[in-house]
Formats: sequence, C-alpha cells, structure tokens
Amino acid sequence: MEYEVRLEIFEGPLDLLLHLIHKNEVDIFDIPITTITDQYLAYLDMMKALNINVAGDFLVMASTLIHIKSKMLLPGLNDGDEEDPRDEITRPLLEYMRLKEMAGELSEREILGKDVFIRQDVSWHQAEIDAEGARIDVNLFQLIDAFRRIMDQNQPGAELTFKHQQWSVKEKSQVIIGILKEKREILFEEIFSENRTVSEFIVTFLALLELVHIGLVKLFQSSHSNDIRLVADFDEKEDTDNTISMNL
Amino acid sequence: MEKPLKLIIEALLFTSSKPLSPQEIHRSLPESPLSDIKAALTGLQEEYDAMQRSFCLKEVAEGYQIRTKSGYAPYVLRMLKRSPARLSRAALETLAIIAYKQPIIRQEIERFRGVDVGGILRTLLEKDLIRIMGRKPLPGRPLIYGTTKSFLEVFDLKDLESLPKLKEMKDFGPDGEGSVNIPEENTQLEMFGEKENRPVPARQETPFSGNGEGPEA
Repeated sequence: MEYEVRLEIFEGPLDLLLHLIHKNEVDIFDIPITTITDQYLAYLDMMKALNINVAGDFLVMASTLIHIKSKMLLPGLNDGDEEDPRDEITRPLLEYMRLKEMAGELSEREILGKDVFIRQDVSWHQAEIDAEGARIDVNLFQLIDAFRRIMDQNQPGAELTFKHQQWSVKEKSQVIIGILKEKREILFEEIFSENRTVSEFIVTFLALLELVHIGLVKLFQSSHSNDIRLVADFDEKEDTDNTISMNL
Repeated sequence: MEKPLKLIIEALLFTSSKPLSPQEIHRSLPESPLSDIKAALTGLQEEYDAMQRSFCLKEVAEGYQIRTKSGYAPYVLRMLKRSPARLSRAALETLAIIAYKQPIIRQEIERFRGVDVGGILRTLLEKDLIRIMGRKPLPGRPLIYGTTKSFLEVFDLKDLESLPKLKEMKDFGPDGEGSVNIPEENTQLEMFGEKENRPVPARQETPFSGNGEGPEA
C-alpha cells in the first residue's frame, strides 16, 4: 500500500464534497454516490488517523451520504417519477457553489485599502478642531467596548458597603440629563465618575442607552481617538423630566 | 469673488474623508440647485478621467469620493508602512452571503456554509462590515444581519443594487468550467469594466481593509 498524504484543510463537509466532485470530474447533477461516499469516508478516516478532530458537521454529512447510497440501492426508486435521493446533497452543493461565486465576485472588486486608497485623515491639527469638527456616530460595539474599559479601570475596590442602595434607570437618566443641561457635552467616562458599585455602573449604562433611544442624547466618537462624547440633543427649554417619565 | 461651483465642490470632496452625496453637498451649498451640483460632479468625473491622473472621482456608498486608481497600491502601502488587512476566506464567504441575501439570520447563513459562523459574525461586526438590523419574530427571536455603509465603501459599490450579478445556476458545468471557485484567471473581466493591473486574488485569503481609520488601525 502506498499513501500519498496531501493535507488539505476543508472548512466544512460541503467544502470537502465539492473538492471530491471536482477531483473526480463528475457532473454535479449526476453524482456517482458510491464513489463519492467511499472517498468521503476515506477522508474522514484519514483525519481520524492523523488525530484531527472531526467536527460533528462532517459526521452528519457522512450519515446523509450513506443514507442516500442505501436509498439508491433500493429497487424501484429510480424509475423516474420519484425524486432523486441525491437531491438532498445536490441542492446544498449548488447553493454552496453559488456562495463561492459570490465571494469571488466580492474579492474581485477594487478594495479600499488594498487596491485603491483615499486621503488620510489630517492628524496633526486634528486636536484643535476635534471639539467641534470631525465626529462620527458611535455604534453599539464601540459603546460596549468603552463600558468594558470603564468597568476594568474602576473595579470597585474593597470599599465597605453598609447599605444596599437601589438605583433606578430613571434616576440615573435624570442625573445624566442634569449634567448635560449644564455642560451640553461631556465625555463618556464622566457619567461614571461618581459611581461606586458594579450595579450602579450598569444602571448608569442602561440609563444612557435609554436616553439615546428616546433621543435626548447623541453619542459621538472623534475619528482618531477612543473618546466617546455625549452630546445633549434637547434645547434648554425642553421639559426633559416629562420626556423621561413618559418613556421610562 | 464667487468661485465656480465645480471648484467649490472639488474643494469639499478633497477635504472630506467620507463619500459625499449630492444632498450633503447641497446642504453646505444651499444656494446651488441640486441639479447643478449633480452636473458639476459628473463634470469633475469626466475632467479627471480626461486628465489621466492617478486618482479619479468614484461613486461609492451613495456618494462621491476621490480615490486612487488601482495599480498604485504597492507604492501607497509602502508610504503608509502598512500591509493590507486580510479577510479570511471563511469571513469573505460569510460576508458574501449576507451581502447577497440580506436581511438574513444566522441559521440561514449556517445552512449555506454548512458550518458554525458565530465567531466570524463577531469579527465582521467589529470591522463594521455588517450590522444587526433587528430581530425576526421566530422562536428565539434570532438577530437579522445586513451590510453597512462602510461595506459599500470598502468594496467599491455605489449601492446594494450594484453588487455584481450572479450567473444562473444552470451555467455551472459538470467539470467546474462554470468557475465556481474564486477564478484564477479573470474570466469575468467584462462584468466590471476597467481592471488593469489587478493582482490575481489569492485563493485562501482575500485581502481586505477598512479605510484605515477603524478601531484596529
């Protein structure tokens, strides 16, 4: 026996199946199920022999193949009217091929940062215009990252707590709005500066999310730094208390 | 003295790091009608093309942006001291499904790829290429995914409608001649117009990058 070990890494069962179909140069609409199943199982054996963990997905496909193979052996099923048992894998394979084509189309584009470029941000005088100028909206992930940073930095220490304090999202919203009424614009960190306990951190964060949701606060991040800014999105005369109690 | 509209717009485009839509330009220049602004943009585009510079005015992400033409990447990257960030094949395939099939839930993506995509979705979210559009009223209220504006920017797309059209299923030949793999030769040149000097994409990894301002830059 001679072995030719050429390890190819397959993402998943469909990837492997497609490889076998190409290697055998067979028609995807007329898959020789016995050949393909045997080769598929041989590949799984090889993976096992090499101590590569065979993912469950591969085993499911193996049982599907064997199931199809046994159906094909039954007499009377290939008379034409019946659905071809192989459709069970042909259809997902066709979709998978289509997906590879889609990925191919995307990778063929003129990709920004790889094929084509835009002008870089002018960073040397950015600091001055920063307070006013270039601001981008913050997405939820950046916000959660920032919150995680705050939690890490301000791990409440060995402070003794005698009284269990309850914070409501509503109260914390009013605190945030109170600060914003005075300053109009503050740093994300600032709203946590008075916070002592983990639950207080969390309630403050939830309050901020609510305020953004009901449209009293806008969040921005300047394009080059990590600082997230809270900006008041109401005018001086607006009855913010009323808006909060109506919504929270 | 009043400057010509075309040159004012050129100044705005030159300064902006994001694509500018005619509407956004109009907001800065309320006295100029939208139609004049659009005409000026087309005019600029033609002028740049005629000049045969290294840059052009591209319509991406529903706006206009001055970008280098392809073929200058090695020099620019050397100056930036940066290698292009790469998107794994798995990530690219996942992104492709989302782009073409959005809005789509994770379960459907996994049915296409035949493997778990949880980790990849996270990466794509972090790179701001996909976003969560909401939840589907199904058991478990699964999240619905779609692409972002910066996806359009990165992949040089005017809007989602301008995603390259896919061939019909029946075109796939038995011998793989319908080119189901990422083509090794640029067999589909005519679909895209100019692509000179384009390096052939690697099979395993497909380079990709944000515009260099992302959190990872």
